[in-house]
Amino acid sequence: MKSFGGKVLFLDRNDINTDEIIPAKYLTENTKEALKPNLLEDLKLPGFDPKKDLPGKSVVVTRANFGCGSSREHAPWALEVNGINLVLAESFARIYRQNMYNCGMIAVELGVADLNALFTDFPGKATTVAMDISKRELTFTAPGVAAKKASFKLSEFESALVEAGGWVEYAAKNY
Amino acid sequence: MGKTIAQKIFDAHLVDKPFGEAWVLKLDAVFCHEITTPIAINDLVAKGMDSVFDAKKIKAVIDHVTPAKDSKTAMQGKILRDWARRHAIKDFFDIGRNGICHAIFPEKGYDRPGYTIIMGDSHTCTHGAFGAFAAGVGTTDLEVGILKGVCAFKEPKTLRIDLNGKLKAGVTAKDVILTVIAKIGVAGGTDKVMEFRGPVAEAMNMEERMTLCNMAVEAGGTSGVCMPDAVTVDYLWPFVGPAGDKSYATKEAALADYKKWWSDDDAVYESTVAIDCSAIEPVATIGYKPDQVKTIRELTGTKVDQIYIGSCTNGRIGDLRAAAAILKGKKVSDTVRAIVSPATPAVYDQALKEGLIQIFMDAGFCVTNPTCGACLGISNGVLAEGEVCASTTNRNFFGRMGKGGMVHLMSPASAAATAIAGVITNAEVSK
Repeated sequence: MKSFGGKVLFLDRNDINTDEIIPAKYLTENTKEALKPNLLEDLKLPGFDPKKDLPGKSVVVTRANFGCGSSREHAPWALEVNGINLVLAESFARIYRQNMYNCGMIAVELGVADLNALFTDFPGKATTVAMDISKRELTFTAPGVAAKKASFKLSEFESALVEAGGWVEYAAKNY
Repeated sequence: MGKTIAQKIFDAHLVDKPFGEAWVLKLDAVFCHEITTPIAINDLVAKGMDSVFDAKKIKAVIDHVTPAKDSKTAMQGKILRDWARRHAIKDFFDIGRNGICHAIFPEKGYDRPGYTIIMGDSHTCTHGAFGAFAAGVGTTDLEVGILKGVCAFKEPKTLRIDLNGKLKAGVTAKDVILTVIAKIGVAGGTDKVMEFRGPVAEAMNMEERMTLCNMAVEAGGTSGVCMPDAVTVDYLWPFVGPAGDKSYATKEAALADYKKWWSDDDAVYESTVAIDCSAIEPVATIGYKPDQVKTIRELTGTKVDQIYIGSCTNGRIGDLRAAAAILKGKKVSDTVRAIVSPATPAVYDQALKEGLIQIFMDAGFCVTNPTCGACLGISNGVLAEGEVCASTTNRNFFGRMGKGGMVHLMSPASAAATAIAGVITNAEVSK
């Protein structure tokens, strides 16, 4: 099982699409590792610089419809090879979300109120999130900010995929 | 309580329901191309599981970058080609016989009502035009599909879209689907099957229904779907009739059988949207999301640098005919460049026979081989930074057709009129 939690990258926009996560021109790569330098390079967001903001981050916190567009699993892979296994968002595009669990990664929906509070209090401060999967609980901490807890849902099937390490492993065993 | 077509297809294909929440479905077809399949193949080889569940149910094509443009794309083609040979996948289409997956696979008769189809490509929803459940998936789902012939989905919720009224002359399926997406938004169909109903959907031919279903994913939809009717039977007849696999002796028998998939009158929908199609006029996207739509009238005069006619949305013979009808005897403006990519060799061949290719060439279009290339900014028509393209494709994300480039999605007729004027123009005006 992968590890979930760590330093947070905040991306405060709806509809961040697969082409922004990893542009199509890198789909000619035949390994996941080759995608590492190009994660989020086409995302235009005020103050965001992937070269400066990505290193050391393990979690993305963002808004609605994250991962819309292409079916490319290169999008979660590009996150994975950069050490990001957990994305917290208001909502996800279907294929993107399924791709995350199929890779043994976690895509979790948070309520708008929780996200608004997070985006108000934490960005710009070195934020860390700890994930307690058994309690379905997240704890956000940052220097000078009161710790914030949020609960999340993870279904039994999703949980089984995460524990198995992905859908190939699950399906090979069960079908 | 009645069921929707998606529920009926799910019921008929259910293999397992782990934890009572996911529907693991048996697959009737797994489609593959050279961009998303090679990593699945490599992974299967690395895990010592290099086998296929059924070589006859797997169809493969090299379409995204063809001819190969460099060593990396040549290797992607090679991995797919070697794999197809190794597993005796007979329905593999290499250069010279290859076309865009969502155009060539229907053309070959691989789509059938009631089928479950997956492919590692988001526009797989196109095949729902035949009354199938067809969903784009990632490489891992594709890998399991290849290996085991199954795929997991959530219980299908259906968004019914009633296309009422009658289309005005010059208004196309592209204008309809862009109008639908503008109405429901880019996440309006998320986790839902988008079922297209009503007189306008019924009056559409199969190519138009494919254009409609093709862009379901641009509203987040899992699959688009149309009811399989007499139009569907006519299209499939060479494949299912006496000249094909002899599934049916008569068209009436085929239609009667296909009707078993139709959504029941008392089916329960997640929600229903009604569109008065009589009011639709030619439209194009603005901005960088497919739900940002304005009428061509409002956009008239907007400057573009390139015109592109092609793709799995609008590269079929009817699309080329519509564009050629506008272009006949006219020239592409000196201020723009124009490219047309027939979606398959059969489309190209038919366009040649009908004199359409000559019309495009006389107008000053570059005619390319069938490929996806330009649509995703990977080959055959990539934009430079700051450039704008009037395009018949399906996605207008920032940089989609080339880093820093912008795309206005529109119909083939509107794109042709824009090519002549050099700025966005209504096709009716340029006639």
